[in-house]
Parts: sequence; structure tokens; C-alpha cells
Amino acid sequence: MTTLSHRLQTRLAGRTGRRLVIALPYLWLLVFFLAPFAIILKISLAETVTGVPPYTPFLEFAEETFVRVRASFDNYALLVREPIYFKAYLNSMRIAGIATAIALLIGYPMAYAITKAPPAWRVGLLLLVILPFWTSFLIRVYAWIGLLKNNGLINNALMAIGAIREPLPLLYNEFAMIVGLVYAYLPFMVLPLYATLVRLDWTLLEAALDLGRRPLGAFLAVTLPLSAPGAVAGSLLVFIPAVGEFVIPDLLGGAGTLMIGKVLWTEFFTNRDWPLASAVALVMLAILVLPIAVLQRRRGRAPDRGA
Amino acid sequence: MSTGADSQPRPWDASDRAPLVRIEDVSRAFDGVLAVVDVSLDVHEGEFFTLVGASGSGKTTLLRVLAGFERADRGRVLIGGADMAGVPPYARPVNMMFQSYALFPHMTVEDNVAFGLKQENLPRAEIRARVTEMLDLVRLAAFARRTPDQLSGGQRQRVALARSLAKHPKLLLLDEPLAALDRKLREETQFELVNIQERVGITFIMVTHDQDEAMTMSSRIAVMDHGRILQVGPPATIYEAPATRFVAEFIGAANVVEGRVLRREGDALVIRSEPCGADLVARHADDVPRDAAVAVAIRPEKIAVVPATNAGLNRLTGTVSEIGYLGGVSIYHVRLATGLTVRVQITNQARLSAPPLTWGEKVTLAWPPEAAVVLTR
Repeated sequence: MTTLSHRLQTRLAGRTGRRLVIALPYLWLLVFFLAPFAIILKISLAETVTGVPPYTPFLEFAEETFVRVRASFDNYALLVREPIYFKAYLNSMRIAGIATAIALLIGYPMAYAITKAPPAWRVGLLLLVILPFWTSFLIRVYAWIGLLKNNGLINNALMAIGAIREPLPLLYNEFAMIVGLVYAYLPFMVLPLYATLVRLDWTLLEAALDLGRRPLGAFLAVTLPLSAPGAVAGSLLVFIPAVGEFVIPDLLGGAGTLMIGKVLWTEFFTNRDWPLASAVALVMLAILVLPIAVLQRRRGRAPDRGA
Repeated sequence: MSTGADSQPRPWDASDRAPLVRIEDVSRAFDGVLAVVDVSLDVHEGEFFTLVGASGSGKTTLLRVLAGFERADRGRVLIGGADMAGVPPYARPVNMMFQSYALFPHMTVEDNVAFGLKQENLPRAEIRARVTEMLDLVRLAAFARRTPDQLSGGQRQRVALARSLAKHPKLLLLDEPLAALDRKLREETQFELVNIQERVGITFIMVTHDQDEAMTMSSRIAVMDHGRILQVGPPATIYEAPATRFVAEFIGAANVVEGRVLRREGDALVIRSEPCGADLVARHADDVPRDAAVAVAIRPEKIAVVPATNAGLNRLTGTVSEIGYLGGVSIYHVRLATGLTVRVQITNQARLSAPPLTWGEKVTLAWPPEAAVVLTR
């Protein structure tokens, strides 16, 4: 009897312990994600007024007894009606997509090379990949201005060796923006790729060679599909922040670039239209979350095949 | 245990036929450490050849040199008469079965087996036919659509075999093909692998650290140690006539005692053995100079326990110190007056409730001169 009750006790204790462990991240999400999300959602349904706060309250006391909900979808309607927002979303995704593709093309060989480097070198090489994080993000973006501007390092060097006469328009355009995005987010591509590649069983590649595939064919048939999870993870880690990026388009992209992060900033700080800015933010969230949710569901359905 | 290699054709004795694989003075070092040293070896068509040795003996390196994953620092490798120098793995008429099986986890069983056939521009129907043939051969037709993680260890092993045989290579290299299987399955698979080899008629070169496996499956064995081949021969020769002390001790159990040659008596040598405290007589054809240091190897099963009154050559007396009952046989450790322990194996022919010998019993051991092997190396 004592052993039974004891066992029951430890089991209950174990269960509460487990619940606590699970509850903590949920609590974190509730306080720091769900609550702000609800506030933004609430603001997005309000109307702009001049005052503090600069929007109408969600709940209103009417005639002292009734509580009236004031919700309007005008802001969302505006997003659909005004083509500038649609264009901004589309342009953001296009730019982020190009930056992600380039980051993948640069990041994959980098991750592959680090994996293939002698083990003693790997830590050092990985350190180099994350070294930029030791410096402020803002300073690093400003540094690119110094590199790309008309009398910047690159143009001066090219003119000095006589390759060009006029400085190339490197700054304040899409090119500069993409350079900045690729540069800033490359580590997020390299690290998950490295993590998958380093766990890859290289005898699989030997087996492919042994069965008659040339090195490139073996890479395409074995290495590439088995490192796809790392490529997907890295691409998401680059694409998602790149879509909403504000600093890089603002500093490197110039006045003409239409990116959703900049639109959001303008609505919020210049126009002081908090409700519209909130709606912009929520739509962006929906655009980003939906494809990931689909992807997750697809991966959940297919059995995990190692890698 | 031997497959009775003597009754089978012996292609390695036929001097008129060129060997399928010829290894000439091959050496390979890693960071200055010699893995393979001056290895020369011929393997003939249809053989089930086994490289056996402890880990680090260079057997796997030699196999990888044959596959093309390692180059030889010195020497030549010829397969089917063609020099393999500079020929990459994908261009060699050789396939390999990996110790880890190296099955592609993102492909089904049939895609794994078809992998090697797909770049050969074969018609689809032929690829399908070949895959079916291979899966039937290893009795896995019902598992064609599964992925490797849905198979047991034994099934994965057979997929690996089917995949490596699918291209009908001239030569199949097997790197510890049975090491990952549990004991029972391993013993069954030993015979299955030999049967499959005979059916497909492909030359096998296998690497194993397991001497029983080598003995059971091979037409010939090469015993390797520290990168060198010590002896090559059919299992029975390796067992009954080991060339060196290492071979005698590595293949099967052996009592190996040191001694000095006293004199020759007919076809036998008389050897004074200090550890035995006696003069031993062993048959040995080659001349050995007087007073040369030699070793005498006697297999435990060739030693008999005889009555103390029985007189003759090679008689040692001692007391039983350990008894190991293994069912079919019993192992006795007999301690001599000199302190040397001799291992004796006796077949349990009758059903006995008590062992015929007990601890502390005084026994006399005997063996005929032809049972012992004189080892000069």
C-alpha cells in the first residue's frame, strides 16, 4: 500500500512538474506575444483621433449602462482600396525573395565549405560567420553607405584604377537594399544549413559515387535533398525579417523604395495613424504566417525522414 | 569450421588464368602512419575472399583502395587487367556494401536499389525488372515501397546487398557486412550470403574482424596485421597450418609455447620447451637450424587426456584449474608444474550429469607429433 501511494505521489509530482515546464513557454507567449497582438488587433479596429492615445477606444460606455463596442474595418478596407499598400506588400516580398535566394546561393557553399573544413578550423569559421553580431546592426548598415556611396570606397577604387569615369549608382536603390539585406541576414542562412550538413552521413555520398554517380550527380541526388530542411529553415529565417525590414530600406534604399516596413513607419510616426499602421502590421503578419503554417502542416504529414 | 574448400574448384591454383584482382606492392599511409604495407594479392573470379584482421590492421583501407575511395601511395591495383590508378569510384566495375549500409534515407527500398541503374540509360522496364530480380534475391519484394527507417536491421542489410549487386559488378566489396546484426541473425546470414554469392557468380571480397565469419564463408582468407598480409590460403590451411604465431593465435584458439630446436628425428623436430618443462616432438618438413628459437602451436581440440600410465611422445602432466562447459564441448585449463596453463577442448559425446574431469584433478595430456605446428615467425 505504501509503495502504491508513494508511486502515486511521485507520479503526481512528476505531472505537476511537467505541467510547469510546459506552462512557462506558454506564459511567455501569452504575455509577450498574444497580449501585444490583441492590443494591436484592437487598435487596428479603431479610428484615428487627435489626442492621447490617438485612436478611439474599443469599448465605450453609452448612457452609463450599456457597453458599446466600437469596431470598424475601415482601415482594412483602405488597405485593399489603395493600391499603394498592395504594391508595398508585393515589392517587400519581391525584394525579400531576391535577397533570400541570393543568401541561399552564397550561404550554401559557405556552409558546405565549413562542413568540409578540417574539424579544428570549423569553430573559427563559424565564429567568423557570427562575428558581425558583435557590432551594432546600425553601424554595420552605415558602413555599407561608406562603401557604396558615390565617393565611397568601391567607386573611388574603381575610378582610381580607371575602370570607370563616373561613379556607379550603387547607393539609394534596390541594389543597395538587396546587398544590405543579404549581408545582414546571411548568418541566419549559413547556421541552419551548417547544422544539417554537418550531421549528414557522408558515406551516403560515397555510396552514390560507388553506384556510378559523378560528384555533381551524387550531390544533386543525395546531399541536396538531405540538406533541404536546413535550406528551408535558413530561407524562412532570412525571408521573414527581410519582408518587414525597415532600417536597411530606409538607409540604403533611398526615398523612392516602397517597402512595407517603411510604409508602417510613415503611418505610425509621420501620419500618427496608429490604427492604419496596426492594420498594416497585422496583414503583414498574416501574409508571413500563412505560408509557414501550410509548410508546417505538410511537414507534419510526411514522416520525418531523418536528415 | 570449414566449408570444405578442398572439394571446390580452386581457381587460385590455376596458373593459366589471369586473376580478376591483382594488387601489387600497395602501400598507404595516413599522416605518416602506415595503414597498408607492401600488400600483394591475387583474387580470382568467383572467389569469396576475406580479409580478416583486428581493427587497425589495414583491411578496410585496402578495401577502400579497391573501391577507389583511397589512393595507393605506392603500388598498383588491376581489376580485370586494367590499371585502376586515377580511375574514380564511379568509373570502376566494382560496387561496395558499406558497414553502415549507407542506404539513402529519402528514398524507398526500390529507389535505393534502382539508384545505380538509373544513370546507365537503361529502359525503364529493364530497371524495374532488375530491381524486382534483386528484391526477390534478398526476399524483400514486399518491402519495395518502404523507406529504410521502416525496416529492421536485417532488412536494411539485405537492401544494401541488393543495391550493391544491382549493377552486376565484376567485384563486390563487403565492409563488415554482418557486424551490425545480432548473433543469431548473423549466423543465418552467413550462409545466405554464401548462397547468394554462388547464385549471382560475382567475386566477393569481404572485410571482417570475426574469424569465425571468415572461416565459414570464405574460399580463401588473408590474415592481416599492422598493414601487412601474414598468410593467404583456404580456411583449412590457415587453421591447420598457420604460417606465423599471430595467425595461429588469431584464427581459432591455440596453445603457443616457446622452445629451442634440439635435433631432427625423421620428419619431426625435437624441441626443448622451458615453459612446458619437457621436450616436444612436432612434425615439420622444413629445415630449422639447431638451437633456433621457435614456437610450437597446438590446438586445444587436438590435445587428449590420457591415463597416467600411457607412455609416449608429448606427454604433459598438470592439474585442472578451470572448467568451461559450453554444451557441445568443454574447455579445461590445465596448469603444469612450470606454471604454464594449457587449454584443452574435449567434445561432450555422452550425456553427462557431471564433467569427466573435476577441479584439482591430476591429468596427463597427450598429442601426436602431427597435431602440433612449428612456427619460426
